[in-house]
Order: sequence, then structure tokens, then C-alpha cells
Amino acid sequence: MARSTRTLLVGLAVVGAGILLAALRVNPYVYFAGYVILQYVVIATAWNILGGYAGYVNFGTPAFFALGAYTAVFLIQSTRAPLPVLILAGGLVSGLLGLGIGYLTLRLRGVFFSIATLALSIVLQTMIINWEYVGGSRGLSVIRPSGPPFGSYVTFLFAVMVLLSVVAVTVARFIERSWVGRGLAALRDNEEAAECMGVPTLRLKLFATTVSGVLLGVAGAPFPYYVTFVEPTSAFNLDYAVNALAMPMIGGTTSWVGPVIGAVLLGTAQQLATVTISSEMNLFIVGVVLVAFVVLAPEGIVGLVRRVRGR
Amino acid sequence: MAPALLEVDGLTKRFGGFTALNGVSLDVTPGERFGLIGPNGSGKTTLINCVSGALPADGGRIRFEGRDITAVPAHRRTRLGIVRSFQIPKPFTSMTVAQNLAIPLEYAAGARSDGADVAAEAMEILSTIGLESKAHTRPAGLTQIEMRKLELARAMAAKPKLLISDEAMAGLSSAEIDDILAILFRLNERGITIIMIEHIMRAVMRFSERIVVLDAGERIAEGTPDAIVRNPVVEKAYLGE
Amino acid sequence: MVAGLLLGGFYAAVSLGVSLIFGLLDIANIAQPAFVILGSYAAYVMNRSFGLDAILTGLLFTPVFYVLGAVVYRLYYESFERRGEESLRGLVFFFGVLFIIEVSLSLKYGVDYRLVEAAYIGKSIDLGGVGIAFRLLVPCLVGLAMTLALHLFLSRTFYGRAVMAVSQDRLALRLMGADPVRIKTIAFGVGIAAASLAGALLITIAPVVPSTDRDYIGRMFAITVLGGMGSIAGTLVAAVILGVAESLMSTFFGPSWSLAVSFGILLVALAVRPAGLLGR
Repeated sequence: MARSTRTLLVGLAVVGAGILLAALRVNPYVYFAGYVILQYVVIATAWNILGGYAGYVNFGTPAFFALGAYTAVFLIQSTRAPLPVLILAGGLVSGLLGLGIGYLTLRLRGVFFSIATLALSIVLQTMIINWEYVGGSRGLSVIRPSGPPFGSYVTFLFAVMVLLSVVAVTVARFIERSWVGRGLAALRDNEEAAECMGVPTLRLKLFATTVSGVLLGVAGAPFPYYVTFVEPTSAFNLDYAVNALAMPMIGGTTSWVGPVIGAVLLGTAQQLATVTISSEMNLFIVGVVLVAFVVLAPEGIVGLVRRVRGR
Repeated sequence: MAPALLEVDGLTKRFGGFTALNGVSLDVTPGERFGLIGPNGSGKTTLINCVSGALPADGGRIRFEGRDITAVPAHRRTRLGIVRSFQIPKPFTSMTVAQNLAIPLEYAAGARSDGADVAAEAMEILSTIGLESKAHTRPAGLTQIEMRKLELARAMAAKPKLLISDEAMAGLSSAEIDDILAILFRLNERGITIIMIEHIMRAVMRFSERIVVLDAGERIAEGTPDAIVRNPVVEKAYLGE
Repeated sequence: MVAGLLLGGFYAAVSLGVSLIFGLLDIANIAQPAFVILGSYAAYVMNRSFGLDAILTGLLFTPVFYVLGAVVYRLYYESFERRGEESLRGLVFFFGVLFIIEVSLSLKYGVDYRLVEAAYIGKSIDLGGVGIAFRLLVPCLVGLAMTLALHLFLSRTFYGRAVMAVSQDRLALRLMGADPVRIKTIAFGVGIAAASLAGALLITIAPVVPSTDRDYIGRMFAITVLGGMGSIAGTLVAAVILGVAESLMSTFFGPSWSLAVSFGILLVALAVRPAGLLGR
């Protein structure tokens, strides 16, 4: 009980600090970049619930993210629904897609699952491109609602993203430490043996794909208001797929800290590189760092730290 | 004869055009030491896969403690008390030996409440099987015999009523075989029914009270080890014409 | 319809490498399309600087790509396969390689469309009232030749048969007296070498940007899975089916839908029939 209270307090403190930072009104670019980094904290954490804990590598991150974003676009177009509704709806729709992907795991494992998720992403993108109501291939301008509760709209979105990352990390941490997390680890190691040892593998996989989908959708839902112009190429950007797996791989996949470390390090580096060098160069760095880590430090930074401490 | 613990009735399994099991029936009574033998490809492993729920049957029924479990998923059968070990050990590689046992303790035996209890029980099982010194090692650091013992220990942690041991002794030395046999005898004394699938005749003959022989997906003989050894049909199946 | 058939021959050429590497060796090399694009850029550079024909360049570069493939496989083998961690991290590894190649190309050559010039590109011949562009015909014929060559390699040569053995039975391989790692290195090299030629064909058919590889991931794997994982004949059949399906889709619904066809077929193929069309 004491531990969960402490977790709650830490979470509240982070949210409080975020809001405080938002209220301080430092250089607006800080919020702008901070939003992206936090968005990656949510994405990396969500990816890791399926990829790191359950061992199913999802290449279709952009599909879930964009589905959240486009659910929001649809609702903005049709009802001008408020932001919390957009976030909930985005999470719900992406979560349903996650549930569907979960049933795919019945027949597809390993590489086949990964390729199927990639295929899903492209099919979904084609559908959006051909759907004029949400802008089609040309994209669509989104007008931010006037009068955010505090600060400018970007600082408000920044604070929202702080809250969402705290929620995502808390969920991941809870799963990791519960019997669900242990069951997922067992099925990651050997699905057949896990099932024979009483682990309801299908139910756990459905749970993991759904939760992962919900969180990815939640990360995408505020995106239209952040960029104010949504078009398929940016919403379905392959960078999301690469970052979503690179960040946990670099940080470490077996613990909730890993994706957070990875997202903050890589996210910050990318933000700096985009400003100082070029956006291509920053992606190049991501690729090289990713390959270097899977080859040289398969347990990520968390694993490196543990090894150093262990000796 | 006591009412059967496991009843397999007319079990059929096909893979494409190949019939792996053709209407196989057998009963296992509570507390029995039951041997299942047959040449390679005779359908032994398929039979176990169907009984444990890893494969769906194409025909026939499976009952456990009088209850029809033909459509019950594998993990629920484990909770009911049907537990198997794998021919090629399949440990959870990212966990220590003790943590390997915690999975079935938590999921199959229902010890979900307290972490300390699970750890203590895991240690207890490991000490009965002689693996307590390796409790905090990862499976990658185990020898062949230790790996087999882990496979058995993990099955024990699921609190089986019926333990299916799939070639737990293949490739072991004769002293190691005796070691595993002793463990299985001890489990049986505690009231656990055991089905042993084995190629090592010396071990099955010594262990089993009753043996069923499969050949090409059909049941060709049943009897005591002595009767099986003298059965000409069995001899023909093993040696060919 | 005819265009679809021709496209199919070309798709077969593109997918042969994946068929070999993923279908037979069971290595999830999703970076294959990036190697194809690399081949396209090699053809582009040689064509621009020396006026060399694209397909000839593709052929000339096969040894270079073979060595590149052998090196990549060795790295993969040492880092993952030998440690028994190939599935998950190996996949991520190739994803990273894909990304590095793609981004390197856009750093060097930018994101503009690049194309090659050759005398035959603009021409076409008339066959019974149907105009057939050489631009499509030549890649199709080269693709068919590659398919035949690979088939002969696998069925007639010692190394080819050893590759088939690797995919089926390790024991048989040992009886042949061959070292599996060496055989796999050779096969991987051949698969990447095929990408060099396929890349040259690609840039003959249409202009190329570094991110073109993304369009081909789905096609290649759809064809390989549909073709029955490593069956060369199956690859050809599946490639033609996909080519025809795409060009029909493109004619009736517009080109933006044609890409979805390959991925849609892939999804269905994966979900319904993992063994493929001509599968076991």
C-alpha cells in the first residue's frame, strides 16, 4: 500500500512540475520540443508493453498513432469535441485495432507478425489518403480552440502530454510488476511452455496488444492540434516505427525505465540535431545508434548499468 | 478397476492428408504408472499434444476426472491437473531457475497472493529434486541433466494430478537415468499419476505398471511390461518384417 | 493486363533475394528493399558519370553486392545467430540497416527523383495491336532470366543444393560435408547480389527516391509468402499475380490504391495460408 501511495505521489509531483514549467513561460521552443520528446515517451512505453514485455515486434506503430490522430481529426471536423474526448476516442479506436492485431497473433508469430503490422500500416495509410473528409492526401488544416485553460495552446498541450506520459509509464510499471507482466515474460521466452504452465497466453497477448494500442492512440490524439495541419505522410511517418523500437532497445526493454531513458536521450538528441544539423542527419544517427545497440548492448542502457553495478 | 482419471476415446488427428492418430483409445487410472511406447513417428507426441491441449483433436473425446475436456484450452487443462514436460526442455530463458517455477506456482497452482510464499515453495520443490544450489542461475548455465530436472521441477510446481513425462531421459547416462527414475517414483508415491513416454526400454519397463504400444497412429497392444516384451505384434512393429 | 504481366516478371526479379534469404535461409532480412534501392543508385551514378547502361551496371555490380551481403551476414551471424537471439533482435538489426541505407542515400543524393537514360527506354513494339514498352519488357525479360538462373543455381550446382539442404535438413548438409555458416554466407551474398540487378531494373522502369524501398517491403514479402517461402517457381507465379492485380486496381480505382493491393494480399495470405500458394 505504501509503495503505491509513493508511486502516486511521484506521478503527481511530475505532473505538478510539468504544469509549473508550463506556467513559467520560458522560451516557447522548449514546450514545442518538449512535447515531441514526451510524445515519444508515451510511444516508446506503449510499444514496449507489446515488444519488450511480450516479445511481439510491432512495425506498425505509425498506424496506431495516426489512427488516434485521425480519430481526433474526424471528431474535430464533425463535432468540434473537446480535447479530453478526442484523447479518449483516439485511445478507444486504436485500442480496438490493437485487439484485432492481438487475434492475428493466433496465427502469426515472430517475423510474420511484424511484417503483418507493417502491412497494416500501409493499408491504413492508403485508406486515409483516399478519404477526403479527413483531408485525403492533401491534408487538412485544423484550427485550435480559442482560450486554452492556461498559457498558450502549445504550453497547454505540453502539460497534457506530461500527464499522458505519467499515465503511460504508470500503466507500464504496473503491468511489469504484476502477475500479468510475469506471464508476458514467460510467453515471450517460450509461448508453448507458458501455455502448458497455466498461463492464458491468448488473453495476455490480447491484453498487451490492446493496452499498447490504446496508449499509442492516446499519444496521437492531440497531434492535430499540435501541428495544426494534418496530412498522411507526417501522421504515418516511418520515423515513428523506427523510434518506437529504437528507444526501448537503446534504453532496455525489460523494464519501464528503459523506454523512458531511450525516449528522453534519443528524443532530445533528435530535437537538437534537427535544429543544428539536419533532419536527415538525425535519422541517420538514430539508425546507427540502433544497430550499434542491438549488436553491442542487447540489454540496452539499463542492462549496461546493471552489469556495471553487478561487478 | 477404479474409475479412470484420464479417458481417451477414439482420438483422431490428421495433418493434411497424413493421419497421425487413428481412433486411439486408452484409460489411465488414478495413481497409475503408465507407459506409452512406439517406434518413431508412431504418434506418441501427437497423442500428448492432444491430451495436453497443444493441438486440437479432429475426432474423439478426452475426459479427465469424468469431465469432457476435449474443447478446453491448454492452460485450463494445466489448472485442472494435466501437466506435461517437454522432450526438448523449454525453459523460460530470461528467468532464474526459481523464477521458472514461480510461473506455474502463480498461474497453475493458484498461489497468486504473496511473493514470499511462492519463493519458499519454489525452493522446496527444487530441494526435493536436488536443484536448490542452482535456484538463482539462469537456464543457460545449466547442464543437460539439470535442464531435464528443471523441466520436471517446473511441471511439479504446477501441482499436477497427472504428469506426462515426454522422453525426459533421452541422451542421459545410465546413472542420470536412475536419478530421474527415482524422482518419478517419489512423485508417484505422493499420489501423482504418471504417463511416461520413453524410448529407453530399460527405464519404461522398470517404471510402468501397464504399457500401451502405438504404431503408425494405431494402438497395437496393451499389457504389463512382461506381456509387452513377449508380444510378437510389438516385436514386429519395432523390428519390421 | 499485359502491363501487369510484364510488371510481374520484374516483381519476380525484385523478390528473388527475399525468397532466397527469408524463404530458404529463414533470415528476416527486411533490409532487402534498401539494397535494391542501393542498386538503383549505383546504376544511376554509373549512368550519369560514364553513360553506362543501367542493367549492365547492375550486372557489373553483382560481385560488389555479393561481398556486401557476405559481410552483412557475417555481422548478423556473429551478433545474433550464434547467440541464438536471431528472431527479435535480428529483425530490429535489419530494420536499422534498412533505415541507415535509406537515410545515407538521401543525405548523399537528396530526395529528388532520379532516373537513367538508355536508347530503349522511350521505345515500344507493337504486338498484335498491343503496344509494349521496352521500358517494361526489358526488365521483365531480365527478371525471367534471373529467375531461371537462380533456379538452375539451386538445382544444378553443389552450392545451390547445399542451400536447399540448409533449409531442410542440417544433418543431410553435414553428410554432404558442407559448413552451414559458409553456405548461408554464400546464399546471403547471392541474394544481395540479385538486389543489385533488381535495383537496376527498378530505375529503368521508373524514377527512384531513397524512400522507394518502403513500397517494396510489402510487395517482396507478399510475393515470398504467397509463393510458398522459398519456392522459385512459386515466387514467379505470385509475382505475376501481384503484378496483374496491381495494374488492374490501378486502372479501375486509381494508382493510389495499387500499393494497398500488395499489402492487402500480404495480410490475407499471412492470415489464411501461411504456407503459400504452392506451399507444402
